[in-house]
Amino acid sequence: MNSVCKVKNFSLSFVQDKKEYAAVRDVNMEIAPGEIVALIGESGCGKSVTALSMIGLQPENARVSGSIRFGDEELLTLNDREWSFYRGDRISMIFQEPMTALNPLIKVGKQIQENVLLHQKVTGEAAVKQVLEVLKQVGLPDVERIYQSYPHQLSGGQRQRIMIAMAFVNNPDLLIADEPTTALDVTIQAQIMDLMKKMNRERQTAVLLISHDLGVIRDLCSRVYIMYAGRVVESGPVEYVLKEPVHPYTRGLAAAIPSAGRRGRELESIPGTVEPLQRRSKKGCPFAGRCFGAQSLCHEETPHSYSYRGRDVYCHLSPAEIEKRSAERKADHE
Amino acid sequence: MNESLVTLRNVTKVYTDKKRRQVKAVDGISLDIYRGETLGLVGESGCGKSTTGNLLVHLLTATSGSILFEGQDITHMSERRFGAFRSSIQMVFQDPYASINPQKKIGWLLEEPLVIHHREMGKEERQHMVKRMLQVVGLDESYKDRYPGQLSGGQRQRVSIALALILNPSFVVADEPVSALDVSVQAQILNLMKRLQKEYGLTYLFISHDLNVVSYMSDRIGVMYLGSIVEIGSQEEITWHARHPYTQALFSASAREDGEKRERIVLKGDVPSPSNPPSGCPFHTRCPYCTDKCRQEKPQLQEISKGWMAACHYCGEQKQGETAALPYDGEGIAI
Repeated sequence: MNSVCKVKNFSLSFVQDKKEYAAVRDVNMEIAPGEIVALIGESGCGKSVTALSMIGLQPENARVSGSIRFGDEELLTLNDREWSFYRGDRISMIFQEPMTALNPLIKVGKQIQENVLLHQKVTGEAAVKQVLEVLKQVGLPDVERIYQSYPHQLSGGQRQRIMIAMAFVNNPDLLIADEPTTALDVTIQAQIMDLMKKMNRERQTAVLLISHDLGVIRDLCSRVYIMYAGRVVESGPVEYVLKEPVHPYTRGLAAAIPSAGRRGRELESIPGTVEPLQRRSKKGCPFAGRCFGAQSLCHEETPHSYSYRGRDVYCHLSPAEIEKRSAERKADHE
Repeated sequence: MNESLVTLRNVTKVYTDKKRRQVKAVDGISLDIYRGETLGLVGESGCGKSTTGNLLVHLLTATSGSILFEGQDITHMSERRFGAFRSSIQMVFQDPYASINPQKKIGWLLEEPLVIHHREMGKEERQHMVKRMLQVVGLDESYKDRYPGQLSGGQRQRVSIALALILNPSFVVADEPVSALDVSVQAQILNLMKRLQKEYGLTYLFISHDLNVVSYMSDRIGVMYLGSIVEIGSQEEITWHARHPYTQALFSASAREDGEKRERIVLKGDVPSPSNPPSGCPFHTRCPYCTDKCRQEKPQLQEISKGWMAACHYCGEQKQGETAALPYDGEGIAI
């Protein structure tokens, strides 16, 4: 596969009091040009630090290994000066809370213009023109007035549009969007998702979307990676993975989502909670402690992946065995 | 099931903002909550859904209108007199990190309401109650000696639910009870709430912005926009056959069971500020079907069929089952 970004055997651990705690382990991921890929997982699964590492913003006490290749360049070995060529130019990022990502003391237009001047050899005037153009593209009205506004003068939805404008102004090859609509109202969420789709289509920018909204992911993304406690457990095309999940965790996740159609039935829930970082076992499958199908091998050895109907599953059990044990558990339940 | 436990008549809550403008957070809403049901309340931030919840548990006092609980007017009751109702009306908050005193052990926290409301109870009996309540919400006895900081989000929300239920209430207001939780834990809490409702015959007002959660939990759903109820009806009617254009847009994004999607309706613009609400219909600035009449005249709730009402001048013109009968211009992106 021709890819914009290729993550290989990527691991990240936090160093605290001379001890290392592994937050991400052996993650493999690939994003093709112009593709929208989703990364799903519950809090503490390592999805955000993985994404931050792709733009060189991982926390200072994080130790990384493996490789993240962006085209021909290895990103994990870049120093700060080298990063400034990539960040905000060929790779950009949108955060969950636009208010904390924008500088409250600088007019929003100026903030976007700064990003243009940093990466393109253009005059200030030409940069302003580009900014107004991109503001129009992200659907903001009265762009001259918006240019002169401070972040607090805009609504949450408008601020997120500003972030998108800033992210897209230099035509990046890869955009990382970390829960870009979580802080927004439902009807505004729909607007922002529409806009992301439009920008992706028009500029052929690849997007890594971190989200837990399966509705949005079904709408936008072609492929999905599911993470649990630092590891990828299943990946593949959205329509397969979300419709017929194989891995016991993905199955549990999909069955736990409430909907009108599930009324009157108890939701399937995964017993227990995600182990905190300090208490995670170094060996074995990360999901073994909560899995209905876990056997002694699962606690001892980390499973390799196998391909099954277009997806990769990281599990010691075959799809048929998983199905059988899931059915047995359901029978026990009743 | 049609016996009304809680009744709101024309309830209004007005705040005065920094510029001394009157802000109607809740603008004359009337509704009934029936015994044993779950009424879902949905809407975007600032629509007044949480204010409504707080009015019901007496954390706020209504500016005008009346709130009846089991037929008695509790609107302007003094704290002293309302004390008798406190044990019947309880609340579960969104953020269990913020709503539980972090310096007290779980056992102490659960015992406190019994000390206040059941003075006749001896220490032993109280501790027995605490133990039983922990079991009911799926925590073992050892949790009574732990501090809130030692629990996970889901466990804390279980403690909040135990706190709400220990006085044996008949009515519980749950304001975004699962919004701070991960999906797999959220399912545990929703199952627990459903089970407890059945066991104790509870009536819920379930406030949430998550439409899938509300559709799953509620028997009836009320939709709020800028302080008013714009549509209310059974879960079926609201989720699948909504008549109000705002409800239609809200629910257009929710997925069906098999993953089949409906045409997503993307509304233009932002929610207007409640301190400067639009004239006429509060929704007209974003409505794809807006007419002159909508700009001038505020529509009242009108009955579509028994128990199903919508506040739209044109909602009567659509036939049942048809949702988007009026032309939608399809223009998605604009602010």
